[in-house]
Amino acid sequence: MAEAFENSVREFIAENFLFRADAEVSNNQSLLESGVIDSTGVLELIAFLEQTYGITVADEEIVPENLDSIDNMTSYLSTKLAAA
Amino acid sequence: MRIEARLRDSARRFGTKTALIAGDARLTYAELDMLSDRLATSLARGGVKPGDRVLMVLDNGHQAVISFFGIWKAGAVPCPLYPSIKAEKLSGILTSTGASVIITQTRQRMTVDAAVSMSAAQPLVIVAQADAGNDLGRALRFEDLIGSEVPAASRTFENSEALALLLHTSGSTGQPKGVMLTHANVEAACGAIVAYLGSTADDIVLSVLPLSFGYGITQVVTMVMTGGTLVLEKSFAFPRKILERLAEVKATGFPLVPPMAALMTGIKDLEPGFLPHLRTITSAAAAMPPAIAERLQQLFPDTRLFLMYGQTECLRATYLPPEEVSRRPLSVGRAIPGTRAFVIDEDGRPAPAGTIGELVIEGPHVMSGYWGNALTSVRALSPVAGGRRLHTGDLFRTDADGFLYFISRRDDIIKTRGEKVSPQEVERALYALPGIREAAVAGIDDPIFGQVIRAYVVPEDGVTLTEREIIRHCAQLLEDYMVPKSVEFRDALPRTATGKIRLGADETNTATQGNVA
Repeated sequence: MAEAFENSVREFIAENFLFRADAEVSNNQSLLESGVIDSTGVLELIAFLEQTYGITVADEEIVPENLDSIDNMTSYLSTKLAAA
Repeated sequence: MRIEARLRDSARRFGTKTALIAGDARLTYAELDMLSDRLATSLARGGVKPGDRVLMVLDNGHQAVISFFGIWKAGAVPCPLYPSIKAEKLSGILTSTGASVIITQTRQRMTVDAAVSMSAAQPLVIVAQADAGNDLGRALRFEDLIGSEVPAASRTFENSEALALLLHTSGSTGQPKGVMLTHANVEAACGAIVAYLGSTADDIVLSVLPLSFGYGITQVVTMVMTGGTLVLEKSFAFPRKILERLAEVKATGFPLVPPMAALMTGIKDLEPGFLPHLRTITSAAAAMPPAIAERLQQLFPDTRLFLMYGQTECLRATYLPPEEVSRRPLSVGRAIPGTRAFVIDEDGRPAPAGTIGELVIEGPHVMSGYWGNALTSVRALSPVAGGRRLHTGDLFRTDADGFLYFISRRDDIIKTRGEKVSPQEVERALYALPGIREAAVAGIDDPIFGQVIRAYVVPEDGVTLTEREIIRHCAQLLEDYMVPKSVEFRDALPRTATGKIRLGADETNTATQGNVA
C-alpha cells in the first residue's frame, strides 16, 4: 500500500514540479528547500491529494512533517487513509 | 549616510545585540559587521572596484544579508535577483549589467554556470553552502571569503549619491528594467518607513519576503537603521510554521503581502490575540481586500495594520495609518514623510478630489533612472527641488480628505502573488515553444493570489499540445511566479485594428480596483 502511494505521489511531483528542480529529488529530501515546490505548489499538492485519495487535508495538517518530502507524504497518506 | 555606515553605527551602539536570525544562523551586530567587512576585503582582492555590479542569486538567509553589506563596503552595487531565475534571463542581466561577480548557492549553481556560458562575460562566481568535498572549479567558496584569516575592510566610502541597488522589475515591454537607487534614495525611503512605523531597537521583525524585492530589502535596511532584530524565513508555503515561528521569536513586526494574509486568515482554528507580542503588520505589493483586512484586525486586535503602496522606483510611496483602515479600507493613504504623492490630470495639472489621473511621486526617495535606458528615464523622471519627480503610470484618485485610491495600471502588467509580471515576457516564452501560432496572457482574478496567470494559445495547424507541456516549457524559462497556472486553447485570438492581440474584459476578468500597490 505504502509503495502505491509513493509511486503515485512521486509521479505527480515528477509530472508537475520536478522540472523546476536542478537535480533529482530523493524520497526524504525537502521539496521546499530543493526548490521543487513553492507556496502555490503546496496548495496544488493539497488539491491533488484531496482529489486523488478522497481525503480532506485539515489546516493543522498543512505542515512540512506531512507534506515536505515524498516520504512524509507517503506516511501521512497511510495514516490518513487507515483512519478513514 | 550610506547604508553600510548605518551598520557600522549600529555595530558600535548595539555590538552584542542580535541583528539577524536566519534558520540556524544567528548574528550579532558586531558579527554581521565583521563578516561583511571580510567579504568586502575578499571582493576587492577578487578585483571588484567601486561601482561594479554584483549579482546575487540567493535564498533568504544570512549569506544574502552579509552579501548586501559586503558589496556596499566594497563600494559596489548589489543586484539581487529572484532565486528561481532561469539561465537565459540571468545571462541577459549579466550582459546588460556587465556584472563582475555572481554570488549564488549550491542549488542555483547549474543555472548560474549555464547563464555564464551563454554570455561573453567572465564573472567571478562565488558559491555559498557548497559541500566541503565539492570541486568548485574556478568558483570561490563563500565561506572562505568570510573566514577568520581574512582581514576586515579598511577602505570607507562617503558618496551617498552613488548607486546602492540595481533592482530588476517587470517592464511593460517584457524586458526587465533595472531600477537604479542611490544610497540617498534608500536612506530617504527607509528613514520615512522607520518614522511612520515608529520602529525601535526593541523590534523583532520576521520577514519571508524575498530579498530581490524592494519590500524585502527595506526590512534589512530598517533593521540596521534602528538596531532591531530581523528574523528571515525562506517561504510562506507552510503558514502554520511561520505563525509558530512568530510566536517563538516573539516577533513585534510582520511584513506581508495580501496573498499571505489570505492564506493566514483562511486558517480556521486561530484564537484572536494569539500573537500578543505582534505590534505591527504591514501590507504592500498588492490590493488588500477589505474583508481580509477586517479579519486580520479581528485576529490581531492589538496589532497596528499599515496598508502601503510603493513601486520599486521609489521603494515606498504612501501608507495608510492603522486608525484609518476601518474608515477607508480601499485607500493606500498619503505620501510617506518628507515626500509628495499627488494625482495629475491629462494636462499635468493637479486633479481635483474624485477625478481619476496619474499618480506622481516627488522626493528624495525617487530613483536616479533605469539602467542603460536613458530614453525611458528621461520620460518618466524629472528633477525637482529636494529630489526627483516620478510619473508612476498608475491611475489614482483622491477623496475629499486627500487620501489616495488606486484605480488601475496604465499598462497591462499582471499582479500575482504580490509580484509584477509582464504579459509580454510570458508570451515571449510561449512563442519559444514550436507549434504555437498565437499566444496571449492575462491575469484571472483569484481569491488568494490576487490574480493568477492564464495563457491563451492558438496551436499551429495539425499540432497537438497539452496544457502540461506548455506549463512545463514555461517553467524552464520563467521564474516560478510568472509560469501560467492554466492554458486555454483557442482557434483564434481577437486583434485590434493595428493587429495587436487584445483580450477583451469579457474574456478575462482583470478588473482590479482598490488599494493595489
